[in-house]
Amino acid sequence: MNEGLQLFLESFWPIVWGGITGTIPLALASFAIGLALALAVALMRLSRNRVVSGIARFYISVIRGTPLLVQLFVIFYGLPAIGLVIDPWPSAIIAFSLNVGGYAAEVIRAAILSVPKGQWEAAYTIGMSRSTALRRVILPQAARVSVPPLSNTFISLVKDTSLASLILVTELFRVAQQIAAFSQQFMLLYLEAALIYWLFCLALSGGQTRLEKRLDRYVAH
Amino acid sequence: MSPTDARVLLSARGIRKSFGSNEVLRGIDFSVRRGEVVTLIGPSGSGKTTVLRSLNGLETPDAGTLEFDGGPAIDFARPPAKAERLAMRDRSAMVFQHHNLFPHMTVLENVVEGTIRVQRMPKAQALAEASALLERVGLAEKRDQYPHELSGGQQQRVGIVRALALKPDLLLFDEPTSALDPELVGEVLHVIKELADEGWTMVVVTHELQFARQAADEVLFMDGGVVVERGAPREIFTNPREERTRRFLDRILRPLD
Repeated sequence: MNEGLQLFLESFWPIVWGGITGTIPLALASFAIGLALALAVALMRLSRNRVVSGIARFYISVIRGTPLLVQLFVIFYGLPAIGLVIDPWPSAIIAFSLNVGGYAAEVIRAAILSVPKGQWEAAYTIGMSRSTALRRVILPQAARVSVPPLSNTFISLVKDTSLASLILVTELFRVAQQIAAFSQQFMLLYLEAALIYWLFCLALSGGQTRLEKRLDRYVAH
Repeated sequence: MSPTDARVLLSARGIRKSFGSNEVLRGIDFSVRRGEVVTLIGPSGSGKTTVLRSLNGLETPDAGTLEFDGGPAIDFARPPAKAERLAMRDRSAMVFQHHNLFPHMTVLENVVEGTIRVQRMPKAQALAEASALLERVGLAEKRDQYPHELSGGQQQRVGIVRALALKPDLLLFDEPTSALDPELVGEVLHVIKELADEGWTMVVVTHELQFARQAADEVLFMDGGVVVERGAPREIFTNPREERTRRFLDRILRPLD
């Protein structure tokens, strides 16, 4: 048991470090790119042009209808077959960004639709164009509504990045796997990895609460 | 009533509008002279709000013409171009039934949003003008608060100031007091009456007949998508010619009879 405790303590920092240098940057980069993509897809989905909204609908449908692991493997192991070789890190960021783009698009679309029609009208009557109204009036209000669901998307993403270990990206879980294979202490190391993911997510939930409070300042309670 | 030689600011001819198979406007004609207050009264569903919304492009009529003195002149036989619609919006500003203030902006930010972002007025000038207008309606000390921190009457006064700040040629009011608690109606009507007395040109859709009687130069009674009767408030309220007008006034003025 003492030996187990020692292994636990000795591997704690390396696994956390794997999280800090692998999991967190992977999640942050993918989320940032994914959100930008999601906003574009949400606006396309809301377009009156049927071709444009159709493309967005198709994209969302493919992303939500196929496993993330399969998307990741297609990009990393599949694309080389057509001569497109992408390194593990960029592959992972592309896959996760595309994934977030599909899921968050629906969240953002719903948030935009939740802003009352009167807000668009008020913006138009003071002379705003559609894009100015969207930027100045609608999106700030939609942002508030979408923080809780987008936080969930982000927390899911943080955990999903463990899949990147399967395409050789060194992140939290891959570090734990390597120590486990070396020490043959699978139960201990995988529970430890789980604990560290959990701690990361607890910190993120705290951040979410603070962000919601900040964005809530103009809402009646 | 305004002298007949006063210049016509806006004239509407043959305005028609259907929503699906429901024809809500069946050919509306009227004009508004500069400095004149026109009120639209009538039962709900009579089309008066649709008329108002057509005047600044929130609804697009299916037929008819709208002509502002100095432009634009729009014939709805074909869909208006974006530039025409924007030009029309430039001429007027709207006060909504449910104020529609921007909840994520302070009172002051609400008021200067149009002048700074859209009209590109220098910031210092926009802020000074907005502060002066807020002062006028007694809300100077509320400038840094958010709309939800104000009473309904205060919110609506900010809504009026937001419209005034744009210095439109025409102010449009869509039932500005209908959503208010009864004890808050007076403060809002008071502001609108003052603006009328100052010479602002306005079209007001309202259920407040007392207000229409005191502030309007002309009253249009609408029912079923047409203007049934029009005239000076004294004529309409004391001596309506049409049976439909009489019935409507009776229902509102003596609801228990």
